[in-house]
Amino acid sequence: MNVIQVDRLVKRYGSFTAVDGVSFDVRPGEVFGFLGPNGAGKTTTISVLCTLLRPTEGRAIVNGFDVAHQSDEVRRSIGLIFQDPSLDIQLTAQENLDFHAFIYDLPARESRARQEELLRMVELWERRNDRVRTFSGGMKRRLEIARGLLHRPRVLFLDEPTLGLDPQTRRHIWQYILGLREKEGITLFLTTHYMDEAEYCDRIAIIDHGKIVALDTPARLKAGVGGDIITLRTTDNERAAAELQARFGLEAARQDGMVRLEVPRGDEFIPRLVQDLTSQIVAINMSRPTLDDVFLKLTGRAIREEEGSAKDTMRLGARMWGGRR
Amino acid sequence: MKRRWRADLRGVYIIWYRDVLRFWRDRPRIVAALAQPALFLFIFGSGLSASIGGAARGSFGGDYVRFLFPGVVTMAVLFTSIFSAMSIVWDREFGFLKEVLVAPVSRSAVAIGKALGGSTQAVLQGSVVLLMAPLVGVTLTPLLLVEVIPLMFLLAFALTSLGIAIASRMKSMEGFQVVMNFLMMPMFFLSGALFPLQGIPAWLQVLTRLDPASYGVDPIRRVMLAASGLPDEFARGIELLGRPLAMAEEIGILAVFAALMLGLAVRSFAAQE
Ligand SMILES: Nc1ncnc2c1ncn2[C@@H]1O[C@H](COP(=O)(O)OP(=O)(O)OP(=O)(O)O)[C@@H](O)[C@H]1O
Ligand SMILES: [Mg+2]
Repeated sequence: MNVIQVDRLVKRYGSFTAVDGVSFDVRPGEVFGFLGPNGAGKTTTISVLCTLLRPTEGRAIVNGFDVAHQSDEVRRSIGLIFQDPSLDIQLTAQENLDFHAFIYDLPARESRARQEELLRMVELWERRNDRVRTFSGGMKRRLEIARGLLHRPRVLFLDEPTLGLDPQTRRHIWQYILGLREKEGITLFLTTHYMDEAEYCDRIAIIDHGKIVALDTPARLKAGVGGDIITLRTTDNERAAAELQARFGLEAARQDGMVRLEVPRGDEFIPRLVQDLTSQIVAINMSRPTLDDVFLKLTGRAIREEEGSAKDTMRLGARMWGGRR
Repeated sequence: MKRRWRADLRGVYIIWYRDVLRFWRDRPRIVAALAQPALFLFIFGSGLSASIGGAARGSFGGDYVRFLFPGVVTMAVLFTSIFSAMSIVWDREFGFLKEVLVAPVSRSAVAIGKALGGSTQAVLQGSVVLLMAPLVGVTLTPLLLVEVIPLMFLLAFALTSLGIAIASRMKSMEGFQVVMNFLMMPMFFLSGALFPLQGIPAWLQVLTRLDPASYGVDPIRRVMLAASGLPDEFARGIELLGRPLAMAEEIGILAVFAALMLGLAVRSFAAQE
C-alpha cells in the first residue's frame, strides 16, 4: 500500500487557489520530492498532509489515515520539519526533545536512548544542555531533524530542509537524510527549490501555480528535455538562429544574449557546428540537461525568479535572528 | 477514546510545565517585575496617603497603604496573566506554536494547559509581591496564604483564559499595545485596586461592576484586611442591586466568568489555522 495517496487535492485561501487539484502517490521507503518556485503551493500541500490545514476539496491518505477525519492517527505516524524555525530557543536542546517525547507519549526510557542516538547522529550530543538560543542556523536545523525523528515516524516531511544554509551544512544534512532511509527504512517527503537537491530524490513532482506539471524520476524527467543543451554566443545571434534553423533544422531559442538549442548528442554535434556555421562564434557551452531545464521547458520560466529570493532572504533572516528575543 | 484522554492529559501537563519552566528560568524578570508594585505601594501609596490623611483620616484611618496592598498584589496577578497569554503570539511568531499544533493532542488540551500555565505564573508572581507584606504592616500567616492563593489562582485563571481568547485571534505582536491600553489598564483602574468602589459617581460605579477583576480584588482584600486585624470598612463587599455581596457571591461571579472565559479560550484556540 502506498504511504501517501493524494487525490485531486484542492486548498483555497478565500478565493485564491493555492493547491489546484493535485494527485500523486508516495511509495514506501521512497524519497519523494516536491520541486517548485516560491508560492507554488509546496508548504500548503505539506500542511494539508500534516493536518495543519483542512483540504478544501479532494482527499489525502497518509499511512492509511484520512487527513481530514483521522488527524490524531495521522499526527502520531508522521514527523515534520517545518520550513520556518519551530524550536523553543529559551529551552535547551534536550528540553526541546523532552517536550516532544512527552507530547508524543514516548516512554521515558526509550526517549533517553533515542535522544542520545539522534543527538549523536546530528552531532549535537555535546551541546545538549545548551540553550537553543546559542545555536547557529545549521545547528538548529539539525536539532529539528532529530526532533522530527524522535517518535519513530513512518514518514518524515521536510519542508525546504536546507534553505539558507551554507553548502557544507547542506551536504551534511543530506547525509543524515539519505542515511535515514538506510537505517530506519523511513519514507521521506520533501520540498525544495534547489535543483541539485532534487537530484537526490527517487521521484520528483514539479509543481507550479498549485498544479503538478510533471512527475517522474529525475533521470526520466531530464531525458524528456530532448538531449544535451548547447548555448552559444555569436556576433549576430539573430542571424545565427536563422542559420541553425535553415542549415540544421534546429529550433534555436534566443535567451539573455545567447542562442540555446537542444540536440541528442551534443559532444558529436559541436565539431560539426563549429565547422559549418558561417556566423562567427564567440563562445560555446554544452551541458547535460538539469532539472532547471526541465522546469524551464515545462513552464517557460526559470525556477528562481527575482521576487522569490527576497522572500528567502527574509526567511533566512528569521532563521538567523529569530533567536534573539 | 481512552488513549485520547491520556494523550490530552499529557498535553495539558507538558504545556503547563513548559510555561512554568520558562518562568522559573527567567528569575531576573520575576525580580524586575517587583518594581512596578513597589512603586505603586511606596511612592504612589505613601504620597497619596499623606495628602489625604488629614482630610480623610476617618475613612482611610491613615492606612491607605495597607488598603492598597491587596490591590497591588492583584495588579501583579492581572498583568502576569495577560502577559503570559500573549506568549501565544510570540510562539506563533517564533514558530514554536506549530510544533504544538501538529502534535497528537487536541487543541482544547493545549488551551487548558496554557491557561493553567499562565495562572501558575501569575500566582507565583503575585506571591512574590505578597512577600512585601511585612513592609506595610500586614502579617503573613499560613491561614492567610491558604485563603489568598486560591483566590489569586481563580482570578488568574479567568484573566489568562480571556487573554488566550484574544491572543488566539492576534496575528502579530502589534496588537499587544491595544490589549494593554484598552483591556489591561482599564481593568486595573476599575477593579478597586486603587480606591474603594463605594461613594463614586454612578457612571463609574456601573463600569467598576462590569470589570471582572473587581470580583477578584475585593475577596483578596477582605481576607488580607481581616488577617491584619484592621477595620474592614473598605472591604464590605461590592454593592450590587442595592446590597453588598457576600464573599461567596463574589467568588461565585468570578468562577462563572472564569468558566465562560475558558470556554471562549478553547473555542478561539481551536478555530485558528
Ligand atoms: N495563510 C494564507 N493565506 C492566504 N494565502 C496564502 C496563505 N498561505 C499561503 N498563501 C499563498 O498560497 C500560495 C502558496 O503558498 P505556499 O507557502 O504553499 O508556497 P511554497 O511553494 O511553499 O513557496 P515557498 O517556496 O516560498 O515556501 C502563495 O501564493 C501564498 O501567497
Ligand atoms: Mg514553502
